[in-house]
Amino acid sequence: MSHQAEFKVWRGDSDGGDLKDYTVEVNDGEVLLDVIHRLQATQAPDLGVRWNCKAGKCGSCSAEVNGKPSLMCMTRMNTFDPAETVTVTPLRTFPVIRDLVTDVSFNYEKARQIPAFSPPEGVGPGEYRMAQVDVERSQEFRKCIECFLCQTVCHVIRDHDDNKQAFAGPRFLIRAAELDMHPLDSKTDRAVFARDEQGIGLCNITKCCTEVCPEHIKITDNAIIPMKERVVDKRYDPLVWLGSKIGIRHD
Amino acid sequence: MSTLEKHTYDVIVIGAGGAGLRAAIEAREQGLRVAILCKSLFGKAHTVMAEGGIAASMGNVNSKDSWQVHFCDSLRGGKFLNNPRMVELHAQEAPDRVWELETYGALFDRTPEGKISQRNFGGHEYPRLAHVGDRTGLELIRTFQQKVVSLQQEDFAEFGDHEARIKVFAEMTVTELVKDGDAIAGAFGYFRETGAFVLFEAPAVIMATGGIGKSFKVTSNSWEYTGDGHALALRAGANLINMEFVQFHPTGMIWPPSVKGILVTESVRGDGGILTNSEGKRFMFDYVPDVFIDQYAKTEAEGDRWYEDQENNKRPPELLPRDEVARAINSEVKAGRGSPHGGVYLDVSTRLSPEVIKRKLPAMYTQFLELADVDITATPFEVGPTCHYVMGGVEVDADTEATCVPGLFACGEVSGGMHGANRLGGNSLSDLLVFGMRAGTGAAEYVKGLGDKRPAASEADLEAASRAALAPFHADAQARTGATAAPENPYTVHTDLQQVMSDLVGIIRRESEISEALQKLQGLRVRAENAAVEGHRQFNPGWHLALDLRNMLDVSECIAKSALERHESRGGHTREDYPTMDPDWRGVNLVCRLTPGTDTMELTHKPVPTIRPDLLALFDRHELEKYLTAPELAVLDSPQSPSTVEGEQA
Repeated sequence: MSHQAEFKVWRGDSDGGDLKDYTVEVNDGEVLLDVIHRLQATQAPDLGVRWNCKAGKCGSCSAEVNGKPSLMCMTRMNTFDPAETVTVTPLRTFPVIRDLVTDVSFNYEKARQIPAFSPPEGVGPGEYRMAQVDVERSQEFRKCIECFLCQTVCHVIRDHDDNKQAFAGPRFLIRAAELDMHPLDSKTDRAVFARDEQGIGLCNITKCCTEVCPEHIKITDNAIIPMKERVVDKRYDPLVWLGSKIGIRHD
Repeated sequence: MSTLEKHTYDVIVIGAGGAGLRAAIEAREQGLRVAILCKSLFGKAHTVMAEGGIAASMGNVNSKDSWQVHFCDSLRGGKFLNNPRMVELHAQEAPDRVWELETYGALFDRTPEGKISQRNFGGHEYPRLAHVGDRTGLELIRTFQQKVVSLQQEDFAEFGDHEARIKVFAEMTVTELVKDGDAIAGAFGYFRETGAFVLFEAPAVIMATGGIGKSFKVTSNSWEYTGDGHALALRAGANLINMEFVQFHPTGMIWPPSVKGILVTESVRGDGGILTNSEGKRFMFDYVPDVFIDQYAKTEAEGDRWYEDQENNKRPPELLPRDEVARAINSEVKAGRGSPHGGVYLDVSTRLSPEVIKRKLPAMYTQFLELADVDITATPFEVGPTCHYVMGGVEVDADTEATCVPGLFACGEVSGGMHGANRLGGNSLSDLLVFGMRAGTGAAEYVKGLGDKRPAASEADLEAASRAALAPFHADAQARTGATAAPENPYTVHTDLQQVMSDLVGIIRRESEISEALQKLQGLRVRAENAAVEGHRQFNPGWHLALDLRNMLDVSECIAKSALERHESRGGHTREDYPTMDPDWRGVNLVCRLTPGTDTMELTHKPVPTIRPDLLALFDRHELEKYLTAPELAVLDSPQSPSTVEGEQA
């Protein structure tokens, strides 16, 4: 079964652009990315779009579908009414390059700022021993496919470009949590880094990131809130504060 | 070309999948300045799609495993056509390469003792695959990505510049390698974002571009897999070997049409999934070939017991190497015992509880639930073969990954020889690690050996490369002046190419069909030359595809020519008109190369490197009889033969 459906797709570049109307065939069982590919092959060969795996594993085909950040390869067409016009726009938080392609270099810069995994001293390759239950906490965050949907939806940077300098965004807060919870990472100041360098305090846990995560990572509950608690433990616990002042404990 | 953007490095790595990143890390750690060129964003390479695991005989789950057993399994899987030295190095070094990943921060699933867990897979005698659920490839890519960042942080501390010694150029496609005489001088290409041309000058280029699946209609491969590295190396003078061997993974999704070809990991079978036909029969028991008859269970009861007790039972035939399972599924469907959408059923719900399935195969669970409305914890699901991997590739020296072109190296899927006629699951990720590192070392040593002598690209070559890359923008004008035929839509040419390759050079091949394919490829080549693009150079997918078409056509021609030449069936090459494996062909590699100074492809025979006697001695004589010719066996039996001596010692 197939039908003709109406689409509005944003076309343009850094100088501006607007929504263009297209009528495209949609077949049973298809996802939005199939339709975008058909549009490319039949009507708009130069339509700029990123995609790789088409299986929800690489996180390349991120876009905003009717305003909601989504992976186009995992957006099934039967979730729309056949009569509905589907609007596809580029990720709003990042500068447009062309059409649905945005400049996501912000994310690579933030990734580079996080101190790397620090191997435990005196434990050679092949000697790492960790319990499954302990690695699972970090493994949840390593499921991240870097689609940057959490980054684009996060109002801290979505609506406030000037926060980009100070705020790393949910994707990199879970990276900090992942390293903090890594059973053998030898750095002990991941929470301090999240506070001072990643701006974790700017997050007011509205959980939008968790809602859009295609990997269903509990970003807020399992990463950001525990990291905020660690920050609080270190900074505001009166005993820790007193200890650090009188030289019992250094953080 | 005076305004051409130029960058100078010691080593250029083309491709940012597992092989490319491992090679880049190695070259950088040996003190060289390295550029990584990737066709997509950094971290999106096709390696992220790898699901099952990394094969390495660490012996964490069954301590009987050893590199020797892994060696034998890989050679059997490849039907003895592999480059034995590569198989040896691969089996010996894989465990170290996996352990090293933990020092970069990788987090594998664990055994109860806290070691890296290992799972069963087709063709592997013991549980051997280090894994992270069913997203092992993602873990590998992310680990390397983060290792690159960690090296950049070191360089920032030392030089004040993150990119002083290792830099990633994302969304950049190489269209031509440039040479100085015989030697590599660099790589020419364009940035997707701007469409601007760029030259990377370097005496060493490591090709790590992956595979060719986009030439086929049903494939598990992503858009990047257009055979770029194969074609670039071929045009630069390198040899491609074993191109007739294309792996069709037995289990791809087949319904709905939109997901056709998406991979269903072999772990489903490794963890206990069974294959049935429309009559509910576990048909794989009917398809155990003679060469494997001693290694697989003969009854369902024995196969079932193996999951609990591997010492006293043999493995079920669902875990035969991929070529066998793909052919069996093909035969069942042809015999009218297929599922409604032309596949067979895979069922993991009978052996594992929903909780275990969700824990061990989370991506498969979500993939079927979200894309096909099927709950794999409760019901069987339909699967069928999908083009997955090319065993063939650039011929390299086993130890250094050097090609016959000075300065050109290749590793990972783009290289050939390691996997012979068929690759075992899990051997791809270990291949990336082992030979990625070796290519990095090989290139570093080559560059150090050059001293201050650096090859330089000629202006004329750069002009030619630029003209070729811009041709699709002029196709309309040329057609108007009558210089060429009507302009073609590159998307249509691509679809037609996929149809030709799938219909005529697919899983089961016949002489008449392959010949027809070769003729049609000539026609497609003319059409591809007239592929026209609309719009401008900035992020223009139509243009990119028009350029990729040439590579896909070069590779497809190699596949078809080799497939026509090999008069036997072996591994990933099945000829209906030559249905059996022929020991006389075992020792033959088919080599494709361009006749120097022309665009003509020539095909020659070259002996497969001989298997050293001490390695042959790892097999039973009885098993070798199935693969080797009578004269080869006679050498083995002669009293002077070192293999007999070694064999007795072993």
